[in-house]
Amino acid sequence: MNNYFKVLRPGINSTFQDLGRFGLQHLGIVASGCMDQLAFCTSNKLVGNKISEGALEFAYQGPLIEHVGETALVAISGKVNFNIIKKNNEIIKGKPNESFLISNEEKIDILSTIDSVYGYFSIFGGFKIEEVKGSVSTLVKAKIGPNNGDKLKVGDKIFFNRSHQGDKTNKIQLDFDKDNIIRVMKGLQIHYFSKKSQEDFFSKEYKVTKLTDRMGMRLEGQKLENIVDKNIKSEGITKGSIQVPGDGQPIILLSDHPTIGGYPKIANVITADYDKLVQKIPGTTIKFKLVDLLVAEKAFQDYVRKF
Amino acid sequence: MLKKITNIGDCGITCDFGDEVNKSTNKEVIKLFNFIQDSVKTRKLKGILNYTPSYNKLIINFELGQIKSQEIIEFIKSSDYSKIKLPENKKIIEIPICYDEEFALDVKRLETKTKLNFKDIVSKHLETNFFVYMIGFVPGQPFLGDLNKSLYHDRLDTPRVKINKGSVGIVEKFCTIYTFESPGGWNIIGRTPSELFDINKKDTSILSPGDTVKFKSITKKEFGFFKNE
Repeated sequence: MNNYFKVLRPGINSTFQDLGRFGLQHLGIVASGCMDQLAFCTSNKLVGNKISEGALEFAYQGPLIEHVGETALVAISGKVNFNIIKKNNEIIKGKPNESFLISNEEKIDILSTIDSVYGYFSIFGGFKIEEVKGSVSTLVKAKIGPNNGDKLKVGDKIFFNRSHQGDKTNKIQLDFDKDNIIRVMKGLQIHYFSKKSQEDFFSKEYKVTKLTDRMGMRLEGQKLENIVDKNIKSEGITKGSIQVPGDGQPIILLSDHPTIGGYPKIANVITADYDKLVQKIPGTTIKFKLVDLLVAEKAFQDYVRKF
Repeated sequence: MLKKITNIGDCGITCDFGDEVNKSTNKEVIKLFNFIQDSVKTRKLKGILNYTPSYNKLIINFELGQIKSQEIIEFIKSSDYSKIKLPENKKIIEIPICYDEEFALDVKRLETKTKLNFKDIVSKHLETNFFVYMIGFVPGQPFLGDLNKSLYHDRLDTPRVKINKGSVGIVEKFCTIYTFESPGGWNIIGRTPSELFDINKKDTSILSPGDTVKFKSITKKEFGFFKNE
């Protein structure tokens, strides 16, 4: 029997993701992968999958999907407002970060994320999606990944593997960092910026703008003055790098970043604060705090304990 | 020569080979890139996620918690990768190009700047054995050098909103091939029907950093023929 979800409304940016596609950046292929790793892994843990199993990532508004086939154990993680619509059209308010059973002809309507950007949808046994170069992550710009490398569309069918042992529901407390302090380390070209601009960068607030997606987050705030050169010789890019183009407004490069780039970089977001950063909605103001490698490594140890 | 190694954030390092952008610097970068790639494949080095060579730098990204940047730095410093010889007599990869006026959008601009007629521009482009300095920005896009000096030209003042896939462009001493339709500011001299990049093939990208490329002129009719192959 075919088990699948029918996509009745795709949501804004719904793609399959896992922990990323590695070892190909020298050919221009960025790692991609889920934006919020802790929320992603939590959705898999809730249904008893291995934490790296492919899940559906959605941003702002998720899909409306109808279940077809055998009852399945599923979970939605993040700060998410969603409903379960029963066969008799009764609407039940869904509980995120808690797995539940879904049966034939029932619908899940993922209305919105709450004061956050990304949420995840996982199913026990995993989705029936094909790996591309060792990963099910989707890079829409280059059409790489499952679902022909594309976002979900109306009418798509999301097939899943059915495993009969999965009926034990589970609940996990997923705490979001509420503060707006993002810890960063010095960037390779920090000396390209005037002393005053370096001070401004670490003391003033920067606003997350609407020009933010899986590729990058454009910020707005005190203009940063470049006193050396507006460009550098193009070099490889690392996730979380903060580059500053000629207009002096920083851009944080996120999971689908270009693999090389020619703008000077003032700082790099530490791994432990990346999940917190990507969940900031446009309009939020953030502040950067300069730390060194030891602090970053210690913060990472605290971060992995949450998994 | 490797000048210095610096941390980039908490999960990357950059190996800096100096400020010169030329073939001999880039060859040093690619030697280290080959060495790291081999060390990862033979499991001498674990926890490495990506390695990205560019003109004068190699960036290595690793999995925090699996390996420390200091361990990678020591691994590099204790190896004599610089003695590795790049395969000099590696096969030259031939890429078909059609210089028909329909594809060569910036002929006039180049003729004015270089004071050469387009026929000469083409023959100078065809006689060059290009070195693949790096691949990236978008999947599979190669940055090739060095052009014949007489062809050096600046970027367009206003980049085009849309450049067709396969377009071949030149800027300064470099030549690139657009592997996806995208905006761009390079001087376009022709188009290739070749699929340089296909994620579903075993060899995803026809070109790798360090390869040698030569263009082969084809007619518009042949262009269509290649396309349908």
